[in-house]
Formats: sequence, C-alpha cells, structure tokens
Amino acid sequence: MRYVLELVIYPGFIFATAVGLLTSWFERKVSALVQWRKGPPVLQPLYDLVKLAGKETLVSERANSAGFLLAPFLGFAGAIVASLILWNANLGRSFLGDSIVLLYLLVLPALAVILGGLASGNPIAILGATRELKLVLAYEVPLVLAVIVAILKADSLLLHRLGNTITIGSLSGVLAFFVALLAVQVKLGFAPFDIAEAETELIAGPYIEYSGPPLAVFKLTHAMLLFILPLFLVTLFLGGIDFRGLGWLWGILKYLGVVLAIVLIKNTNPRLRIDQAIRFFWRYGLGLALLALVLAIIGDQVGLRWL
Amino acid sequence: MASAGSKTRTSPWQAWGISRSPWVYHLATGTCNNCDIELLDCLTPRYDLERFGIKLVGSPRHADVLMVTGMMNRKCLPRFIAVCRQVPKPYIIVALGACGANKGIFHDSYNTVGPVERVVREIMKEDTIVVNVPGCPPKPEAIILGVVKGLKLLQERRR
Ligand code: SF4
Repeated sequence: MRYVLELVIYPGFIFATAVGLLTSWFERKVSALVQWRKGPPVLQPLYDLVKLAGKETLVSERANSAGFLLAPFLGFAGAIVASLILWNANLGRSFLGDSIVLLYLLVLPALAVILGGLASGNPIAILGATRELKLVLAYEVPLVLAVIVAILKADSLLLHRLGNTITIGSLSGVLAFFVALLAVQVKLGFAPFDIAEAETELIAGPYIEYSGPPLAVFKLTHAMLLFILPLFLVTLFLGGIDFRGLGWLWGILKYLGVVLAIVLIKNTNPRLRIDQAIRFFWRYGLGLALLALVLAIIGDQVGLRWL
Repeated sequence: MASAGSKTRTSPWQAWGISRSPWVYHLATGTCNNCDIELLDCLTPRYDLERFGIKLVGSPRHADVLMVTGMMNRKCLPRFIAVCRQVPKPYIIVALGACGANKGIFHDSYNTVGPVERVVREIMKEDTIVVNVPGCPPKPEAIILGVVKGLKLLQERRR
C-alpha cells in the first residue's frame, strides 16, 4: 500500500507531474522573455493536457494499433519510476545500484518515442524515429562515462551518496557535467538537438500521427522528464537537494539554474543536422568524457581532489 | 467520423479545453500568399498569441483550429477534404480572407469550387463550425477575433 501511494502521489506520478508542468511553464516563459514576448499563463501546460484528453483518438490504417497506443505508456511508466527513485534518493532512501537502474529507466522514454514512431506507419514518423535511435546511440556512451566520473568521485554507486558529493568541484567534474548537460539536452529533444521532431523538416517527427489522449501522455512524459533530468544532473554533479534546514531552498535554486541553462542553450542555438550531431557526440562528447574519466582516475590514484 | 448531417456533440469541458489552448493548423488552398503572411504576423512577438495558448502545429492530427486561406481551387478540394478528415474532433474551421469567405477577387475564376463554408456544408455535408474572416488580407486583430468568435460558438453549441 505504501509503495502504491508513493508511486501514485508523493514522489511518483502526481508530484512529478505537478513539478514537471510548472517547469514546462518556466521553460516556455523564459523562451518568451528571450524572444521579447509575454508568454503563456502559468497553467498553460495543464490546459494543453486537458484539451488533448478531450480530443478524438485517431489511428491511421497503416498503423500497428497495439504498439501505437501502448508506446506512450512505456515511456510514461519509465518516467514515473525514475522520478520515484531520484526523489527518494534525495530524501536519503537509496538502494545499491540505483544509479544504474536510473540510467536504464531514463532510456525508456526515448525508446517509447522510437516504438511509437515506427508503429504509426507514417514515413515521416519512421524517419523521425530512426533519427531518435541514432541520437540515443550517439549520446548514451558519453553520458554513461560522465556518470562514471561522478561515481568515481563519490566512491559509491548509491544515488544518495552521489547526491552528497559535489562532483563539480573538480576539473573532471566540470567536464563531465558539461557532457551530461548536452546529453540531457538531447534527451529532452531541445534545440540544437531537436533533430528527431524537427518542426520545419519533419513536422513533428515520431509524434506526427498521434492525436488526443496518447499525445497527451507523450506531453506528460516530456513534462516529467523536464523535472527528472535537471534533478538528475543536480543530484549527480551539484550535490543534490539537502532537506535539512533551509537546504531545500538552495536545492531549488540549483535545480532552476540547471533548467535555465538548458532553456538558454535551447533558445540560442540553431538545429544541427543528424550527422553533425552524431559526429559532435562521438568526437567531442566522447573525447571530453574520456578525458574527464582519465583525470578522475589519476586524481583518485594520486590523491588530488581537484583533478 | 461523424455521419453526414449529424449534430456533432461537444461536452462543456472539451469546449473549455479547446478554448484554452487552440492549436492552429494552417492550410493554403490557392491563395495569393498574403493571408498566409498575415497569419504569420499573428505569431510575432508583437501579437504573441502564445499568451492565449495559441500555437501553430505542423500536423493536422494535433490541430483544433483549421485555418484555411485561399479560394479553394479544384486541385485543392480533395486535399482539403482529406485534411479535414484527419483533424480529431471537436474542431473549428476559420476561413481567412475575402477568398476564403466568398472567393474574393477570384470570384469568377473557372478553377474555384467556392468558399470554404459552401464546401464544408454542401460537398462534405458536415456541420463543423466555420468562421469567415473577411479582409484582403485581414488584420491580425481580425484573425484573433475570428478565432475567439469560433471558440465562443463551440462553447455555446455544447447541447
Ligand atoms: S483574401 Fe486577398 S490577401 Fe487573402 S489570399 Fe485572397 S487575394 Fe490574397
């Protein structure tokens, strides 16, 4: 019973959705301010969801309807469990190897997008899905290497211990944080890596055939990812959120700072081509992450904390 | 799809949701391109339609408002019908410009099958709400007013 409550209400579904929708509004508002506009009202992401829930669900004739309709829920489930694990770790409840479980869970939303796109039977959606697949292959290795740097620094696989270590206080930590930030940018599908759903060339990419409630689930998953991924960075590299005393305020500031960085990167960069993005991650992303890893290992062996 | 001539039913909360976040799909059916540019003007920071949740989407499956410009030529008719069938219900159609409302300067062209409203009522036999926004091209303010009136109609028609 306790687990069900946790899953549905507090760190799970409802909590993550609420924070995610607020963050989603924050993202849109900051984008609007950057473009000298006023931006949407606070509840706009919620209005969008309610609206989508009330629309008709259309399944095209060429689609595999089971895969098409179930795919959104795969990513949604992954996002819920990921938020649960991450928040509990910040509260001090952690189990061995949860950082690795989290890495796996965070791939699920991307996998759901790929499955949904492929099942929809639309050539443009399939193009978008294959691009998403290539992106996953491109950013996943640098991201895992960056996480390994954090794990080395904290000397533990427990997310809770990772959260108590300020990895970014060292040279390798800074490099790893930078690589992880870019990987998160891709996971969120924001410019310059919004290649899979590229509005101007692929219309909406894998989402093109989705309408009504399934699209709402995808939007919801995206909003939750907007909560989970910055929190993931904060936990891994910036020392997590400390709930003792006024620590949570400082934690929220760190979280908002990371979100702000992501939104500003999104608003000031044009979209890359898919081959440029892959080259970028495999050459510079992988190079930087490997450099960070080597520095971290050397620092660990020699006993230099700042390396 | 609603059968021919049937009254489409929209529950209050559906209409409320759509009036709070109408996503617009833009379809040009033989325009001089001026109305399309005027529609893009609506999205510039000066008018900032995102304040009302209005967003331009690329796929008719995501749309709530079908913004049709142009005088609807013969080649475009089957495409227009195909796109209408792809928009999830409930939705409204806004016919933009003098062309969309009553063929405008193309009124005696051999190639036009007539204003949008006629196509929807007489060829497609559907009772989707159609709002005509006259002007050649209409001002952005008029376009916004048209969308607002259409959404009001949608809310009034719930029973
Ligand atoms: S109404 Fe006027 S401006 Fe608009 S498409 Fe027709 S001719 Fe062009």
